[in-house]
Amino acid sequence: MRNFGCLAQAIVIYLFVCCVCKSNGEIASGHDTPATPLLPEPVDNVEQAYPEDEKTNLPVFTMDYPRIQLPFEITLWILLACFAKIGFHVYHKITIWIPESCLLITIGLIVGGIMHAVKEDPPAVLESNVFFLYMLPPIVLENGYFMPTRPFFENAGTVLWYAVVGSLWNSIGIGLSLYAICQIEAFGVLDINLQENLLFASIISAVDPVAVINVFQDISVNEQLFIVIFGEGLFNDAVTVVLYNMFVFVADMEVVESVDVFLGVARFFVVGLGGVLFGFLFGIAAAFTSRFTSNVREIEPLFVLMYSYLAYLVAELFAISSIMAIVLCALTMRYYVEANVAQRSCTTIRHVIKMLATISETLIFFFLGVVTVTTEHEWNWGYILGTLIFAFIWRGLGILVLTQIINPFRTVPFTYQDQFGMAYGGLRGAICFALVFLLPDTIVRRKLFVTASIAIIIFTVFIQGISIRPLIEYLINIRRTHKQETISVEIHKRLMEHTVAGIEDICGQWSHHYWKDKFKRFNDKVFRRILLRDNRAESSIVALYKRMELLNAMELLDTHNADISAAPSIVSLHDEKKASYKPKKKFLASDLKNMHDILSKNMYKIRQRTAEYTSKHALPDNSRTKEILIRRHSSIRRSLRPGSFREPARSHKYLSLPPGESLDAHFPLISHGDTRPQADHPFARTRLVQSMRSTPTRPTRRLGTLQEIPLGESSMARATAVDFLHERASGRLSSASSSYSRSPFRAAVAPGASRPAPVPTPRGRPTSTSSSSARRKDPDWETEEEVEVEVDLEEQEGQHRP
Amino acid sequence: MGGFHSVPNDQRYRELAEKTGFSLEQIGNLHHRFKQLSHNGNTLRRDDFSKIPDLACNPIRFEIIEAFFDKRNFNAHGEGSVEEIGFEEFITIMSYFRPPSLHMSEEQREKLRRVKLRFLFNMHDTDNDGTITLQEYRHVVEELLSRSGALGRETAKGIADAAMLEVASISMGHMEPDEFYEGITFEHFLKILKGIEIESKMHIRFLNVDTTILCK
Repeated sequence: MRNFGCLAQAIVIYLFVCCVCKSNGEIASGHDTPATPLLPEPVDNVEQAYPEDEKTNLPVFTMDYPRIQLPFEITLWILLACFAKIGFHVYHKITIWIPESCLLITIGLIVGGIMHAVKEDPPAVLESNVFFLYMLPPIVLENGYFMPTRPFFENAGTVLWYAVVGSLWNSIGIGLSLYAICQIEAFGVLDINLQENLLFASIISAVDPVAVINVFQDISVNEQLFIVIFGEGLFNDAVTVVLYNMFVFVADMEVVESVDVFLGVARFFVVGLGGVLFGFLFGIAAAFTSRFTSNVREIEPLFVLMYSYLAYLVAELFAISSIMAIVLCALTMRYYVEANVAQRSCTTIRHVIKMLATISETLIFFFLGVVTVTTEHEWNWGYILGTLIFAFIWRGLGILVLTQIINPFRTVPFTYQDQFGMAYGGLRGAICFALVFLLPDTIVRRKLFVTASIAIIIFTVFIQGISIRPLIEYLINIRRTHKQETISVEIHKRLMEHTVAGIEDICGQWSHHYWKDKFKRFNDKVFRRILLRDNRAESSIVALYKRMELLNAMELLDTHNADISAAPSIVSLHDEKKASYKPKKKFLASDLKNMHDILSKNMYKIRQRTAEYTSKHALPDNSRTKEILIRRHSSIRRSLRPGSFREPARSHKYLSLPPGESLDAHFPLISHGDTRPQADHPFARTRLVQSMRSTPTRPTRRLGTLQEIPLGESSMARATAVDFLHERASGRLSSASSSYSRSPFRAAVAPGASRPAPVPTPRGRPTSTSSSSARRKDPDWETEEEVEVEVDLEEQEGQHRP
Repeated sequence: MGGFHSVPNDQRYRELAEKTGFSLEQIGNLHHRFKQLSHNGNTLRRDDFSKIPDLACNPIRFEIIEAFFDKRNFNAHGEGSVEEIGFEEFITIMSYFRPPSLHMSEEQREKLRRVKLRFLFNMHDTDNDGTITLQEYRHVVEELLSRSGALGRETAKGIADAAMLEVASISMGHMEPDEFYEGITFEHFLKILKGIEIESKMHIRFLNVDTTILCK
């Protein structure tokens, strides 16, 4: 309720301010005249700057509204829309059943009603220039940037098929049907000729990505369906633009010749392919630029945004499909840019794009509601009803026919339920509205078209948008996916791809796996060399693993609510679990053992968490990596004396220490001289352990458990501190196996004493002397994180690199 | 089993078509390919596979090749591996990768899923004890990552361990301190891969056109 009050207040305040400012304009003009009766009145009625013959006092308090009017109103409107968004989430259940677009339009209607009553004009947000140049690009950029590339390219043919042929089918079908309706005298629309009908049909046949995504984001339909709907919404812009321009041009002509049709087709190719080409070029340029930005990290996000916007504008310049340009630009540059820029910049880029897109979208839907009330309408029952019905019918038919044609070419054919989802999910949105406003005034029935398009937008967004969720959940049995992002799944997916590629090679029949492989190799050879700053291939499995490890570490740190070097924090973590705990000041071996149990059990749960970064309203969690580094660094500082940063303080260690034996037996307290003040602290002990391993990396280098696990398993040998660092062959393993009792991978080793398959040969786990080998071992991973770590350390603490 | 002559045998083809579900043209094409690979012989050996150039770039080629000679893939109760295979086995392995047809019922889909996943499982489970142990898993992950740049073995091991942990937590939930996790059984395997649409990931579109001319 509080937020609704907030909203109402905002509205009231705004209107008040508007009225005040309007009247203030008059007061200001009136104010000066009595002040200067002798001088001729200056043209603008802002306050006087010069002294006159008659003495005026220095004005103490002045108001100059017109100066700030434009930015002020923009800001207020944006704030208003954002308050509305806050308001929706007060009652959480609303957004489940009613998509946000509907709610926003409703609020817009209300505000529009108020403004209409006050006889105000709404700001011209949905006017074509403003819309196409400022409101639309962020949304399309976001859609393109966060599009899942792999499914998209696998389904590219299908997407283009539906986008191109589907739009054509819809436009022509609806246009012809509406023309047929026009012929019926009873409706009174005889004066709309065929070209105008076709023009209107081409405007309203395009599915709008904004509205669709808004509705589909919460419904987790299967991947194929989602990517087709999504892609179709984005790419039918090319066709719409061509048809629109063509029909506008043709609407003036009396006779349409076949040459024009032919030219139209040619134009379509220019538009589509041109968009792709421009987008690609700008994407490559952006990627290339990002290779050199290591010294100007602060403006790195700017490059991404500017290049994308430039792509859009240049495409608009040549009247080719700007949406395709910006989408292709984002798709192309994303991979390379994210590999090149700092972690922080990456987060900023994503955050900014999401923010701009959300604002744009909110404003668009909001103003759709406002403008609905404030424009002049012309209502015609026959035409408008005809529009609605025919749009629906033709879309359904179109999907049916097109799917029948393309299903044999697809490896996963679309079922009837999928087709229903596609047909029903064809929502129209604001693009169509803006295009309608763009119609030249030579068209007589312009107002009717405006009304009709508003009607169809509101109908599809409300009726279809609200009802699609219950339909999909309860009635129609579309295959849903439950996205889980675990490492095993990723590994197996990759395995399957390789398997299939291999089998394809064997049986000599190639499909897209083959081309994908070829492209990957080409990518590795050519593009990565040019566009990436440090050119090492990284498997997505490793990337995923890193990300999850970071999240895990963050989770664990978070549960402490304090830095990890403080002993009581372990207590608090411990307290949350119900395991037996003896509160003691000094940590005994058994306590440590218990703690390890708990921590490792915690770890199971934590590892199951999914990291969502493709959800519409969630930001990717990459920002946390920085926090980890900072936190850990500060905690290290507090527990260690400075100057000891050569030693790896891997406080992260405890995560994967198999809670086998007690800590004491395996990590004897070797005093390392000056640098270990808190000896009876398990984490200090842990660090001690690290130092014995003496991999002289900088403290926060290893953010994963990659090297800890071997430590863990090899540590089980009850040997000296140095010894345990080496993995030996099976002899050692059998003793190792006994202490695996708590860790899940024990049995892997237990029957393995006599296994033929050897343990991965010891890499000469570094002792204090042979440290360099470790560094060489994982150079790739190390250096990749070096970059960010470096920056962080240097900026935060001014430390040198060890 | 053995005796295929260079002249395609229609009766034989028809039997195979029924058994595996391929169409007659597809079987003919695959037979051509078989002949090409085996240099007009009747059986294939492991070295014949190694000669395929594109396959050499595949990180898990050994597992794939091994799968062809694994008796478990021929029928549900086989064990061990053979040294050479005939056309029938070749086709049988290929049939694991057929796409699901449009008109399959739910159980058929489920069955197809199990069959495909069983194939994948057998690829991992080299010692045929019914579970994928940590060792085997590690081996697979190492091979998988061997192509992706110079990652250390430690990395691969770490990843495999993490994956194993995940499977443990998903399949077994909360484990008592004394329990340990033997390895991934087939049921667990099914469980973790429940979310993936196997149908779209593990199939090949077998063409009706003979492409052996294009192959090397």
